[in-house]
Amino acid sequence: MVVHKLSDTEVDRIFQALADATRRDIVSRTLTREQSVSALAQHYAMSFAAVQKHVAVLERAMLITKERRGREQIVYGNVESLRRAAHLLGAFEKIWHDRAIRIGELLADPQNGEEQ
Amino acid sequence: MTVVSSHNDVENLTLIFTAEFDTNVDRVWQVWEDPRQLERWWGPPTWPATFDRLELRPGGDARYYMTGPEGQKAHGWWKVLAIDVSKRLEFDDGFAGEDGEPLDLDDTTRCVVTFEEDGGLTRMTSVTTFTSVEQLERMSEMGMIEGMTLALGQIDGILAESTVTY
Repeated sequence: MVVHKLSDTEVDRIFQALADATRRDIVSRTLTREQSVSALAQHYAMSFAAVQKHVAVLERAMLITKERRGREQIVYGNVESLRRAAHLLGAFEKIWHDRAIRIGELLADPQNGEEQ
Repeated sequence: MTVVSSHNDVENLTLIFTAEFDTNVDRVWQVWEDPRQLERWWGPPTWPATFDRLELRPGGDARYYMTGPEGQKAHGWWKVLAIDVSKRLEFDDGFAGEDGEPLDLDDTTRCVVTFEEDGGLTRMTSVTTFTSVEQLERMSEMGMIEGMTLALGQIDGILAESTVTY
């Protein structure tokens, strides 16, 4: 798989988009099946306009795609973008995970044992 | 070595990582204090680190470089902010130029490591805070991250609570 390298702006947008609980919830719901914005709005104690704003933020971050069908705006999750975001998040912990493994190996090495 | 927990705080660009080692706390502290031991784990095997300077005292500096597979060098530096031997180490970690000196004193990753001994086991927790996602991208270019794979199934966990737990 060729991994598209995200620009800094794209990365910032993804992180900002996922930093909000409502937006994460919208992504979860639209990942499994497409939904209209009005159907989504029924899940949240906020105005339709507020939900539309969250949808717009997610759309700019390319985490979801929105298209108009008749009078309805249909939203669905963009799996590929989500996979890239998860990839970046995983990178944070991979560094320390690998370091801890190497420390463990070093501690188990008798050459660096108790005499020091 | 056991990974106890790992938590990504997306909003604050912070990673909290806890591992447990089957030895006493003074021995775990040594792998930080002794530059020759630190070099054996700070960088990945393909980009091993060399520490030219390591001053573990408040205000102390460290200078290091990591050598890539083609002999290329990536330089870095630390500024020690606080230290409590065998208990806590707090430092800023930044990128350095070819002369080994900091490129930008404000462009740093804050790292707070704490050590706790309990029943012969030592628990080490590192809290790493990035100032921007761009830092992570550059670390990736420096070869700090290799062979990264992430199960698609973890995405649900991230979306649900921005938390990945092993």
